[in-house]
Amino acid sequence: MDRVANALGLYFRLASQSVRAQLQYRLSFVLTSIGGFVTTSVEALGVWALFDRFGQLGSWRLAQVAFLYGLVNCVFAFSEALARGFDIFGKEFVKTGNFDRLLLRPRSTILQLAGHEFQLQRVGRLLQGIIVLTWAIVVLDIDWNAGKVLLLIFTMVSGVVFFYALFIFQATLSFWATESLEIMNTLTYGGVETAQYPLAIYRRWFRRFFTFVIPLGCISYFPAILIFGIEDPLGTGVVFQALSPLAGYLFFAAALGFWFFGIRYYTSTGS
Amino acid sequence: MNAISKSLWHAYLAVAVTRFKMVLQYRAAAFAGFGTQLFWGFIKVMVFVAFFEATNEVQPMTFSEVLVYIWLGQGLLALLPWNVDAEIANDIRTGGVVYELLRPLDLYSFWFARTLAFRAAPTLLRLTPMLIFAYWVLPLIGFSEWALPLPDSFASGLLFVFSVVATLALSTAFTMVMHVALIWTISGEGFNRMMPGIVPVFAGLIVPLPLFPDWLQPFLYWQPFRGMADVPFRIYSGHIPVDEAFFEIAMQWFWFAVIVVLGYRLLIRARTRLVVQGG
Repeated sequence: MDRVANALGLYFRLASQSVRAQLQYRLSFVLTSIGGFVTTSVEALGVWALFDRFGQLGSWRLAQVAFLYGLVNCVFAFSEALARGFDIFGKEFVKTGNFDRLLLRPRSTILQLAGHEFQLQRVGRLLQGIIVLTWAIVVLDIDWNAGKVLLLIFTMVSGVVFFYALFIFQATLSFWATESLEIMNTLTYGGVETAQYPLAIYRRWFRRFFTFVIPLGCISYFPAILIFGIEDPLGTGVVFQALSPLAGYLFFAAALGFWFFGIRYYTSTGS
Repeated sequence: MNAISKSLWHAYLAVAVTRFKMVLQYRAAAFAGFGTQLFWGFIKVMVFVAFFEATNEVQPMTFSEVLVYIWLGQGLLALLPWNVDAEIANDIRTGGVVYELLRPLDLYSFWFARTLAFRAAPTLLRLTPMLIFAYWVLPLIGFSEWALPLPDSFASGLLFVFSVVATLALSTAFTMVMHVALIWTISGEGFNRMMPGIVPVFAGLIVPLPLFPDWLQPFLYWQPFRGMADVPFRIYSGHIPVDEAFFEIAMQWFWFAVIVVLGYRLLIRARTRLVVQGG
């Protein structure tokens, strides 16, 4: 217990240092955040334009898609802010050999990288996600109860954990391929893009991939169906929908396992 | 052409060719980029399939015209002026720009040559595999209904090539505005940070421009960014018929001229107030 408290204490000290450092460049922070807000809002604008043109997406209404969209953007904003150390790992730690310094310190590499940077500027995406999600919740007229509120919170936390795991996977791959792998963007940013629309509209092989291999649907589409209170066109049951966010934690455990496996293959580039 | 202007022309050409070769070195990055864009293309196609399946009304574009838009959009993504050449940005930040000013070359033309290569090389690396994949490979692996159609006619295809050349010029000119803006350090960086949000929408890469609401169409028509994607893509698919294509390409060059003048004047103003960083 002491060790956990100590690690958490250290994490918060690292994170607050990082926040203070970023606030030294206040104007830059403000501009970058606005930039993030504009860039991500554009996507929302695109979704709106398509619904304006086509009316609806099969049986899906704009508000339901907006709910999925807002949910995944809020969640991803948190992961991006928290997992920044892993996001830049290949470029700033492996390529430069700086990872050696982390290995020499008497603390876990996970803790050190997690505390490397808490990226404040992601507030732009978060704000945009919150606006869209709030609008969706107001328009959707959901029959709320305590269970649904808990499920929404549970889904969001699981979502953050899920995307965090993707960033750990991406960092681990850089032990083998030093150049940061743009291909992982298909799973991070591409995952956000994918989860903005209901999983049911995609082809079967694509849905299976994002349910069983990369459990993206489990932290967005399936719990959302239960919150909407509608029948899933894919035919899943209520129990599965309620429990599916757990897949995010399993995925995180797999990412950690992969990380400690990958570390054994680390060879320093430093001299 | 006299001897001096001829040798200057050679200098700019050499700059462009050298940069081009440098960018071509990053083949692994281009390969990864290709995979990413392919994935993105698939998502977009599936979303549009779902939208088109749900509608009975006649839309301003057919599904096949949208397919052209999606695959050409993925192939020509690197052409879009949403980012800056990191080396030019670094020169401005560190003060290396003084060396550029010392050269007996016009700074605008010098940077323009570099920027042209910066835009063209990655595009070339990505466009070819994307076209091959979207046209030949997709039908082979069972996605023939998602494959890139051929140009509407031979004339459309030819005019598409002319239009893409204009797109390259236009994008380079706009990237130059972004480079010059960096001289106003903080506000320039702020301006550039907005571009990844603004440029793709107005070029048509988020949603094909004809699919935006009708009341927005006049605003979307009279702006330079549509010449960076929408115009060549619609010429290819025949959505812009051959007889209108000449006018559209002329419009691309008109906007090119406007933006070059803008960038040039900005640079002249910037030079009078340039603060060189570093000692």
